Amino acid sequence: MQFPKKSHYTEDEMYRMANEMRVDLIKMLSKAGSGHSAGPLDTMEIWTAFYFHILNHNPRKPDWEERDRLLLSCGHICPARYTVMAHAGYFPHEELWTLRKWGTRLQGHPEREKLPGVETTSGPLGSGLSQAAGMAYAAQMDGKKWWTYVIMSDGEQECGQTWEAAMFAARNKLGNLIGVIDRNNIQINGYTEDVMPLEPLMQKYEAFGWHVQDIDGHNIEELIDAVNHAKAVFNKPSVIIAHTIPGRGVEFMERKYEWHGKPPNPEEAIEAIKEIRTLGGKIRSEHE
Amino acid sequence: MPVSKAAKLVENVLDKSKLEMKPTRDGFGLGVVEAGKADPNVVVLCADLSESTRAQMFQKEFPDRYVELGVAEQNMASVAAGMALAGKVPFIASYAAFSPGRNNEQIRTTISINNANVKIMGAHAGVSVGPDGATHQALEDMALMRVQPRMKVFAPCDVWEAKKIVMAIAKIYGPCYMRFARDKTPVLTTAETPFSIGKAQLFWESKADKVDVAIFACGPLVHESLLAAAELEKAGLGVEVYDSATVKPLDEKTVLAAAKKAGAVVTAEEHQAKGGLGGAVAEFLGENHPVPVIKVGVQDRFGESGEPAELMMKFGLVAKNVVEAAKKAIALKIK
Repeated sequence: MQFPKKSHYTEDEMYRMANEMRVDLIKMLSKAGSGHSAGPLDTMEIWTAFYFHILNHNPRKPDWEERDRLLLSCGHICPARYTVMAHAGYFPHEELWTLRKWGTRLQGHPEREKLPGVETTSGPLGSGLSQAAGMAYAAQMDGKKWWTYVIMSDGEQECGQTWEAAMFAARNKLGNLIGVIDRNNIQINGYTEDVMPLEPLMQKYEAFGWHVQDIDGHNIEELIDAVNHAKAVFNKPSVIIAHTIPGRGVEFMERKYEWHGKPPNPEEAIEAIKEIRTLGGKIRSEHE
Repeated sequence: MPVSKAAKLVENVLDKSKLEMKPTRDGFGLGVVEAGKADPNVVVLCADLSESTRAQMFQKEFPDRYVELGVAEQNMASVAAGMALAGKVPFIASYAAFSPGRNNEQIRTTISINNANVKIMGAHAGVSVGPDGATHQALEDMALMRVQPRMKVFAPCDVWEAKKIVMAIAKIYGPCYMRFARDKTPVLTTAETPFSIGKAQLFWESKADKVDVAIFACGPLVHESLLAAAELEKAGLGVEVYDSATVKPLDEKTVLAAAKKAGAVVTAEEHQAKGGLGGAVAEFLGENHPVPVIKVGVQDRFGESGEPAELMMKFGLVAKNVVEAAKKAIALKIK
C-alpha cells in the first residue's frame, strides 16, 4: 500500500514506515529468488527520510525539472529504493512483486530508461558520484536551486573513479552536492577493513576538500540534521558517513557479510518477517 | 573523370601535391564552436588534452562552458552523463586510446544504458599519430563503440566532414562517437559535399557500364581509395568508392545495392581490420548477400613509433593496399 499523503511525518511515523517497508523488502527478495539483502535492509531509514522528509519531489511527475535529484550509486541495493518509491506513490505497490522478473520495470539493477524516477542507471560501482557531480555542476551553471544527493556504498569507496569525482566536486565547489555513504562495513568478499581498508574515511574526504559528517545511519533525526547542516555549507561538497548495521532488523542477517548478496529462502523469509514485526521478539505482532 | 559530381569534391582531388592538408581534429574544434553558437546547452569536457584535441577552440570561445576534468577519463564520461541528464549536450574530448579506450564501462553504463546525450570525441585515432607509438594509437575504438546498443559511430575523411559530423550530432539526441586523427590529411571535400547521418556517399562512379568492385572506406583511407580507384580504372576495372563516414548505423541499403551490382566488396579504414567498418560490412553482407569482402586495415597487431606517412605504408593502409585488396576481391568473385 501507499502511505497516506501528508505534508509532515513525525519521526515515530517514519521509523514505523521504515520497518513496515522492511517486510516488503523481504517478500520481494524472497519472491525474486536472487538479489541483495543486507544493504537494502540497513538503508531503510535513510530512504524513508529522503522520500518522506528531505526531498522536494513529486511522485506523479518524476521528471519535474525543479525536483531534487537523488541518485543511487550502488545499484544493487535498489530493492530498498523501489519499496520506498512504491510507498511514496511512484508506481503501484503490487509491482514490487515483479522485481527481477522478465518484463519488469524493476530491473535487478536500476535502469533510468525503464523506471521513471530512478534518475540514473547503476550497478557497476563507483560511477554514481561522478554523475551526481555532473548534475550538480549543470545546476550550478544554470543557477538552479535543486539539490543533488547520491547514496553510495562503502565498498565502492575502493573504486578509483569515486576519488576522481571527489576531486572534481571539490575543485568546482559543488556545495549543491551531498553524498551519503552507507557505512555498513561489509562487501561481497568480507568485511571492508579486511578486503581493502577504507579507514580513515572521514579524513580522506576531508583531505579531498569535502565537508564531512559522521552519523548513526539508523537515526532519522541525525540524518535530517546532517543534511540541513550540509546544505548550509555552500562552498564545498558534503558527505555524510552513515554508520549502519548490515541486515538491520533481521538478527540472523545482521553484521554478516554472507548476506550481502543473497536473498532469504522461503523459510528464512517467514522467520525474518516475524522478527521485523516483533522487533526481534520484543513486542507481540498481530501477524504472528 | 569518374569522381562523382554529386559529391562536389575539390578539384584535382587525385593530385596530392595540389591539395590542402588539414587535420580532422581541426574539424572537431571548428564544428563544436559552431554547435556551441547554435545551442547554449552544448558544453565541452576535456581530460587535460585541450590543445591537441582542439577542445581549446571551444574553450576560447565559451570559457564558461568548458569543463576541465584533469587526467580522469572515467570520471569525464560519467560527469558528462550527469550533465546530459540535467539538459546539457556534452562533448567529451580525449585521445581515443583513453576515451573510449579506458572508460569503456562508464560509457556503456552511464552513457549508453542511461541513454544520455553525450558525444564522445576520440582524438589521435589510428597509426598516423606517429612517434607516440602503440599506446597512443587507437586501433580498436570503433570496434568497442560499434557493439554498444544506442551508440552511433563516425569516422570523417577530412576536416570539413569532421566539422559537419560534429554539427549534425549536436542536433540529434543520443550517444555518439566520432574518431579523428592527429596528422594533417588531404582536404578532399568542400562545404557543398553532402553529408547526412547514416548515409554512405558515392565519391567515385564507375566510368564503364559495369562495376567490378565496390569500396567502402572511412577516415584517411577514403582519399587512398580514390587514388586506388584511379589506378584500377586504368587497368580497365569498374570501381565505386563510397565514403562511409557513418560506421554505425551502417547504410545497409547502399551497401546491399553496391554489393549486388559489383559482386565484390573492399573495406578500408585506419583501424583493426576486424571489428570496425570492415566488420560491419562483412557481418551485414554475410547475412544478406554473401560476396567476397576484403578488409584493408591493421592486421591484428599494435601500432609502433615512426613518421605518420611511413606508418601508413608499413601497416598497409595506402592506395596500393586497396588496389591489391580490390584485385583479390574480384578474383574471389563467384563466377
